[in-house]
Amino acid sequence: MSITVPEEGLLARAARFSPPRRYLPVLGTFALFIGMFGVGGIRYEGFADPQVFLTLLLDNAFLIVLAVGMTFVILTGGIDLSVGSNVALSTLIAARTLELGWPVVAVIGVVLLAGTLLGTAMGLLIHYFDIQPFIATLAGMFLARGLCYLISVDSIPIKDETFSAIAFGSITLPGGYYLGWTAVFALVIVAVAAYVLSSTRFGRTVYALGGSEPSALLMGLPVAATKVGVYAISGLCAALGGLLFALYTLSGYSLHAVGMELDAIAAVVIGGTLLTGGRGFVIGSLLGVLVLGTIQTFISFDGTLSSWWTRITIGVLVLVFVVAQRVLTRR
Amino acid sequence: MPESPGTVKALGARALAHRLFWPLAALGALLVVNLIATPTFFNVRIQDGHLFGSLVDIVRNGAPVLLVAIGMTLVIATRGIDLSVGAVAAIAGAVACVYIVKSPADGAAGTAVVAVTMALAVCVALGLWNGFLVSVVGIQPIIATLVLMVAGRGIAMLVTGGQITTVNNDTFAALASGHLLTLPVAALIALGVFAATQIVVRRTALGLLIESVGINPEASRLAGVRSRTIIWTVYVFAALCAGTAGLIVAANTHSVNANSLGLWIELDAILAVVIGGTSLAGGRFSLTGTLVGAMLIATLTRTIPNIGIPAEANYLFKALVVVIVCLLQSPKARAVLQRRRDRTPTGPSREEAVV
Repeated sequence: MSITVPEEGLLARAARFSPPRRYLPVLGTFALFIGMFGVGGIRYEGFADPQVFLTLLLDNAFLIVLAVGMTFVILTGGIDLSVGSNVALSTLIAARTLELGWPVVAVIGVVLLAGTLLGTAMGLLIHYFDIQPFIATLAGMFLARGLCYLISVDSIPIKDETFSAIAFGSITLPGGYYLGWTAVFALVIVAVAAYVLSSTRFGRTVYALGGSEPSALLMGLPVAATKVGVYAISGLCAALGGLLFALYTLSGYSLHAVGMELDAIAAVVIGGTLLTGGRGFVIGSLLGVLVLGTIQTFISFDGTLSSWWTRITIGVLVLVFVVAQRVLTRR
Repeated sequence: MPESPGTVKALGARALAHRLFWPLAALGALLVVNLIATPTFFNVRIQDGHLFGSLVDIVRNGAPVLLVAIGMTLVIATRGIDLSVGAVAAIAGAVACVYIVKSPADGAAGTAVVAVTMALAVCVALGLWNGFLVSVVGIQPIIATLVLMVAGRGIAMLVTGGQITTVNNDTFAALASGHLLTLPVAALIALGVFAATQIVVRRTALGLLIESVGINPEASRLAGVRSRTIIWTVYVFAALCAGTAGLIVAANTHSVNANSLGLWIELDAILAVVIGGTSLAGGRFSLTGTLVGAMLIATLTRTIPNIGIPAEANYLFKALVVVIVCLLQSPKARAVLQRRRDRTPTGPSREEAVV
């Protein structure tokens, strides 16, 4: 964590009354989310219904999990471009092994193992051979997409009963609202990740690594294990996200999740995590995903807006957050 | 290598140490594989005054990636990266096609010229935007260009109205499928841009200045180099190259699909640059290397179906190429290899290549 020197000006004076500065970006995202939901509630009938929010969680469960993994990587100052392809690969492995009649537990095990292995391999390349994260994960992205085509070029439907049961299962909340199991699972992942990052030795090393790798090394922190570990975690999260995506679409397809890595990165950035590493929170990434989801809900509620406004809005939001971070971290 | 003594060994070591040795060797190997699979692979024939043949196809199909990669080389040389080139290509294609379709004389040559000019003007604006974020606001290049990468396809769809716009304009189509002096126009454009860029950066001080900015922007500024202007210029140039590539792709299909035009071209371009030996850490670039890299990718794309592997497996091989090339260029991997084979003393030349 770097120390920010208070500067003169409106911004600094406003900051003096606010909670610790490191929470500012997350609070900003939270305010943005609430604001967007509020505007939606005023403009469109039924938007403010709690079920809309719960559906938002359900529709974006896979992205939440992806963003969690991406947060770990970005906190160390790296980036993982392979997650989208990894999701597609996971859906295909799941669909194919289910088609072959494997038991569900084995299917889940294989998918998670494959994703984690891919992540670990990239981490090893990055740490031990000094290959830039960008390039190493680019290779991982191509590799996973290529493996997808080797498994099947066509879409494979998932007809397994257990999978369908999980996909459509939900808990009923008081008031007649319901929350899908996949959404609950995603929230559990967020909670676990938040705990790991804030209260475990591994989590603190992730922050230290992002702050300054040479310093972390000199402090005797396990840099190698942590650096490889974050990519393994990202791979694992991508595999989990892939399983959730397979549940969401009930199919495995090599063209699933094209460009989803961009959404995950955008969610992390909008969640206030510094792309240079060292600062940010998993909860921010969750909020980032919710903001992205709200934009889509907005557009579907409106009906007159075209789908491409989603991308443009996300771009603008990323820009705003990046520039804001630049201003906040300027010494 | 320890088996060949004397001067042959020294020559071999020098060839091995040359940074283009491995890319060229890979390119050669791929061509040989093709030749074995299809003995007529190297045949080039003249038909209706046009050159035809697999090799010509490779150069023609590799033109968009080469164009994008040329711009990318200069950006990377300043220690930057431009992720938005695919989106810029899509926007350029969209602007040109929509203008042609909306224009009353949609088949006229003049319409095509105006459309292309307009598209390139838009690209300059997009390049200025990227350059502004990087050099003035001071955002990391990978993040600054991510903004346009995310938003760009949305903008392209906004231009086309989400439709796949099809054009019927022979002059515009000639950008991709036309021939000039028996050679395909697309290849001529790409090679022309390559030659012009090579001359400008290597015959003037510009190349040196770009490298100095890449090594240390602050020191360059203090030494009197206008870092900001140079950084700004390379982003505009990269966007222009990307736009030209987008126009060629759009002309090739006579249409523009904002979602798929130039998809992942930024990755292919970066791959070409890295294969060519340009360091992603900035400060050192080789346009010739980029040319070899782009041709290697184009040949690979052609080889896969030629030897009977489904074209989709392309990605798998690209992944392998990325990993192998990066390992060969990585100082750490070289050091490991060196330790393995270092029973015999080695010349200093190999160290040099590591840089």
